[in-house]
Amino acid sequence: MTNPTLTRSPSTWHNGLDRVTHVSWPWRITWAYLIVMLFLPTAAMILKASTLAPADIWRIATDPVALSTYNVTFVTALIASGINGVAGLVVAWVLVRYTFPFKRIIDAAVDLPFALPTAVAGLTIASVYSSNGWIGSLLAPLGITVSFSRLGVGVAMIFISLPFVVRTVQPVLQDLEPELEEAAWCLGASRWQTFWRVVLPPLLPAVLTGIALGFARAVGEYGSVVIVASNIPFKDLIAPVLVFQRLEQYDYAGATVIGTVLLVASLVVLLIINILQAWGRRYDV
Amino acid sequence: MTFRTSQLTESVQASPPNPSTAPTTRSQAWVKPVLIIGVVLYLALVLFIPAANVFVQAFDGGIDGFLTTLTRRPFLNAIKLTLLMAAITVPLNTVFGLCAAWAIARNRFPGRTLLLSIIDLPFSVSPVVAGLMIVLLYGRNGWFGPLLEANNIRVIFAIPGMVLATAFVTLPFVAREVIPVLEEMGRDQEEAAKTLGANEWQTFWRVTLPSIRWGLLYGIILTNARAMGEFGAIAVVSGNIAGRTQTLPLYVEDAYKQYQTQSAYSAAVLLAGLAVVTLILKEILERKTRIKDS
Repeated sequence: MTNPTLTRSPSTWHNGLDRVTHVSWPWRITWAYLIVMLFLPTAAMILKASTLAPADIWRIATDPVALSTYNVTFVTALIASGINGVAGLVVAWVLVRYTFPFKRIIDAAVDLPFALPTAVAGLTIASVYSSNGWIGSLLAPLGITVSFSRLGVGVAMIFISLPFVVRTVQPVLQDLEPELEEAAWCLGASRWQTFWRVVLPPLLPAVLTGIALGFARAVGEYGSVVIVASNIPFKDLIAPVLVFQRLEQYDYAGATVIGTVLLVASLVVLLIINILQAWGRRYDV
Repeated sequence: MTFRTSQLTESVQASPPNPSTAPTTRSQAWVKPVLIIGVVLYLALVLFIPAANVFVQAFDGGIDGFLTTLTRRPFLNAIKLTLLMAAITVPLNTVFGLCAAWAIARNRFPGRTLLLSIIDLPFSVSPVVAGLMIVLLYGRNGWFGPLLEANNIRVIFAIPGMVLATAFVTLPFVAREVIPVLEEMGRDQEEAAKTLGANEWQTFWRVTLPSIRWGLLYGIILTNARAMGEFGAIAVVSGNIAGRTQTLPLYVEDAYKQYQTQSAYSAAVLLAGLAVVTLILKEILERKTRIKDS
């Protein structure tokens, strides 16, 4: 009796060799491009950070100015993406369930923050919300200053992260049959019960994914915030602007450490997004 | 059981369902207009008013102000450089995106999801961090710094670095748009073509490409919009030298900082026009693919 693994092993070995020597061109281009464009730069930064002594890394990363920028960046981004979590759900609901004039234009315009260069967004938000701008002049008598303050950072982040929740929720909402809600109604559920128990659960993974995507984008945002904010430490300086300032002062160690903090944060958010999407797929069955 | 049935009949009596618009009973009629008005107000505050402001400010002093800016040399250089960025990075990322999409959609291998996440990475990394990475790699103190300096090649504060930065931030678009289209298409047609004697290139040009063309075009449009509008990554690597390494978005910020509001808005309105064209093309493409679906 021959051992099946023994007879099979030469061919598997051959297949393996085959795979190494006859890698198709798309594979080679994909990996070569990824190595040059993505892996080398990432490795350069991580290795640069690892050449610093751990004590130095800790000192730079927890410097009071750095800590204040984390506060402004992460807390403001969380609030902005949270606001868009609620607003995006309502926008998606209105766009999917209702018909009204100019709906198509409004639907298309939701993607504007993806298409509009961030420098333009910053420029126009700064002037619209400044004390003599269209909206800012209405808020000024109430003692609210938006441009050149943390509130302005928040508005820019809201602008940047607006489309994410709308675009993740819309397809799920489209697949959600209104019959389900009607059934809940017929069974005597109130409007709130229908919303909380029937509508929201299948939408929740999409909403949270959208919030996480918007958060990741808002945390990394530079162009619009640098123009809207006054970029003063402890007031409205965000971490990406701090990285930029450190580089301008040729402080490569400082820039690298804070850049690495931002990179790790975005990797964590990416992981959370993947988990959320896997969670969302359980409704696909 | 009886209790439940009675409760049910009670609620049905309380709000008799209208057969045509079942959940929209009279007590709920206010919800729809309130939500629509709320949404329009919110979008107006965050999106529409700032967007309209760009066009109003640009042409506030008539078209003359815009035309005067248009003739200035740094402005023309910025336009040229912006077009150059797109002209180099869009083809690069299109070829890469097609290859990566094919590799991911047509093969099953361990670590496939990981590779997808890696390709997505430039979307979640801050553009400033992307620029920093390129400075640390090609800058004077970077890995390749001494080698480049010995051969008298400038990457940082020059066009090559700006191209690398732009290519980094626009890397995922084409792959992301093409992968789902390729997966949905399946491989039956390609296998049929191969059985009928077509070689790899013929299969790609005559069978695969026509099926994925709208998705591909969509990816290219998004890549182009981002390549022309990128600010953060380019700001880090370019040094922002007026007339030499200044693209339109950098010109906008520079002019704004120097209180040349008219110049800033003249450049901004060009970029906003690009955004509007992008959105219109996107809408057309989406409608095309939707018609094909149904």
